[in-house]
Amino acid sequence: MPSILLVPIPPVTMERITSLRLPLQSIFDTDTVIDASIHLDIIAALDMYRNQYNSSILLASLKERFPQHEGKILGVSEVDFFVPVLTYVFGEAQLNGTVAVVSVYRLDDTLYGLPENPRRLNERLVKEAVHELGHTFGLYHCLDYDCVMHSSTTVEDIDIKRDNFCPACSRAVKRHLHARS
Amino acid sequence: MNGKPVRQNSILIVDDEIVVRDSLSKWFKQDGYRVDSAEDAAHALKKMSCGPWDIILLDIKMPGMSGLELQKHLHEIDSASTIIMITAFASVESAVQALKEGAFDYVTKPVDPDHLSHLVQKAIQHKKLADENAQLRQHITEITRGEDIVGNSPQMKKVIELAKTVAQTDTTAMIRGESGSGKEIIARAIHANSARRYFPIIAVNCGAVPETLLESELFGHEKGAFTGAQFRRKGKFEMADGGTIFLDEIGTISVKMQVQLLRVIETKQFTRVGGNEVIASDFRIICATNHDLEAAVKAGTFREDLYYRLNVFTIFIPPLRERKADIPLLARHFLTRYTISMNKPVKDISPDAMDMLVRYDWPGNVRELENVIERAMVLAAPPSIRPDDLPFQLIPKHHAPADESIDAVEKAHIEHVLAKYGWNITHSAHVLDIDRVTLYNKIARYGLVKP
Repeated sequence: MPSILLVPIPPVTMERITSLRLPLQSIFDTDTVIDASIHLDIIAALDMYRNQYNSSILLASLKERFPQHEGKILGVSEVDFFVPVLTYVFGEAQLNGTVAVVSVYRLDDTLYGLPENPRRLNERLVKEAVHELGHTFGLYHCLDYDCVMHSSTTVEDIDIKRDNFCPACSRAVKRHLHARS
Repeated sequence: MNGKPVRQNSILIVDDEIVVRDSLSKWFKQDGYRVDSAEDAAHALKKMSCGPWDIILLDIKMPGMSGLELQKHLHEIDSASTIIMITAFASVESAVQALKEGAFDYVTKPVDPDHLSHLVQKAIQHKKLADENAQLRQHITEITRGEDIVGNSPQMKKVIELAKTVAQTDTTAMIRGESGSGKEIIARAIHANSARRYFPIIAVNCGAVPETLLESELFGHEKGAFTGAQFRRKGKFEMADGGTIFLDEIGTISVKMQVQLLRVIETKQFTRVGGNEVIASDFRIICATNHDLEAAVKAGTFREDLYYRLNVFTIFIPPLRERKADIPLLARHFLTRYTISMNKPVKDISPDAMDMLVRYDWPGNVRELENVIERAMVLAAPPSIRPDDLPFQLIPKHHAPADESIDAVEKAHIEHVLAKYGWNITHSAHVLDIDRVTLYNKIARYGLVKP
């Protein structure tokens, strides 16, 4: 059974990484382990002009660092991600591939002038982590607004959906896991 | 959703920057779109053959042909594609130019994902509505096309050509022709081919409505305007707003109505009977008559000013007896219609019966022909209509000669053809497929004499 590898991309606290382990293990029903042994050079992804980090470059670096890994790899960081044509992204994944990254930066209520809400921040991070990993399992965006694979471009969108898959997406993930096991 | 695309909508991304193409392609693929990209105008034009593309995201600034220029070419290839321009902040002016030239919207790089997501959804929705609208219009055009105009004679070809010409304009048309010659069918054809076809055509038979009721019929009335006017009622001119009003038998209306009609035609405004409210209506007038309006004008029973108002573009429908070439065509047209409606396997009209139809004078024109065929269809024993099924037995049947020699048959046949075409030598020679001199020789040889 392929496992999920959680990789911190500093700056990020270990507490944040560990908070993801159990939810992911439960939702995907597969081993989830943390690998903090490597150091990913985040500066290579920095766009000085935008003061943001190119998530596509981070994806490529992760893939390069773990070429032999059989399962899925999720990089987590607290910096602001972007892809060149968009102003920001919450995360990015390789569709039907192995790597995904998520950012905590825009999930934090304080960014929108609201009081700090650690519980909500953690819920959002779990949903985004599941969503991006879902893409690595070959899932497209789902029309079911309740499904974690529903497209979210704002935090409000993330808050509406659940942290789990709709029955159809859930079956697709299971098929994918069994095919690889 | 389980790995299948959520929608089948397609997007073509045209941008010279590979990072833009890649990131947009990836972003839209995750949404389930069919996505392809092109790095410049040449590749984009080539990719059009893999279309149709619902949405084309087009960068304005590209080396070679610019996005603005490419937009025109793309529209020429597929005018149904929705184009969204992508631009840097510096070129907002050119984005505005693109909008003027038909682009759906524009986005500036980098684009807010929420904005892009909504914009694309809106564009898809817009395109679906536009497609649906086009389909519905096509459907309406098909169902309102009305009855087919049947006729292959030069006279009818001319009538059809004139109807097509006048249909494109908003000119008042007058259709003249004997009773039963198909004036209303031509009027409906003009309406169905005009820009007003999505609005109603309202037909009023001026001759069939009593003079006292015609005013209320045309202009409507208010509640209590006269005894029995229990409700407010819209008139035909009001109902024809946006469309066409067909005034049949216009020659029969009274002088009083003529005055009212003239005022409505000139102002496009009127009041309901018993009302004060001035109602404006945008209508096109087509009228028809079998009266000699010119004589009526001379006699003073038809107002000259109204005559000139109505007689802007006149189409004469020749009587059926003057276009005998159309008779077989029309007869078969009605035969097919009644074969279907009566569900009777009468497939043809026998040569003898057809000969009788062609030789008859048809004072009641096409309407009479239709009635004759309908009656014959009731009587006919499948598979064909025979002379006995026709109501008129006035024309002597053409019998084969008792003498069956080639000369006797030829003489009888030439005699028959000459009679059929009124001794028109050119036409008869053409039908017989011989030249005129040969025909003259044969007439002399058989001693045939013009009656």
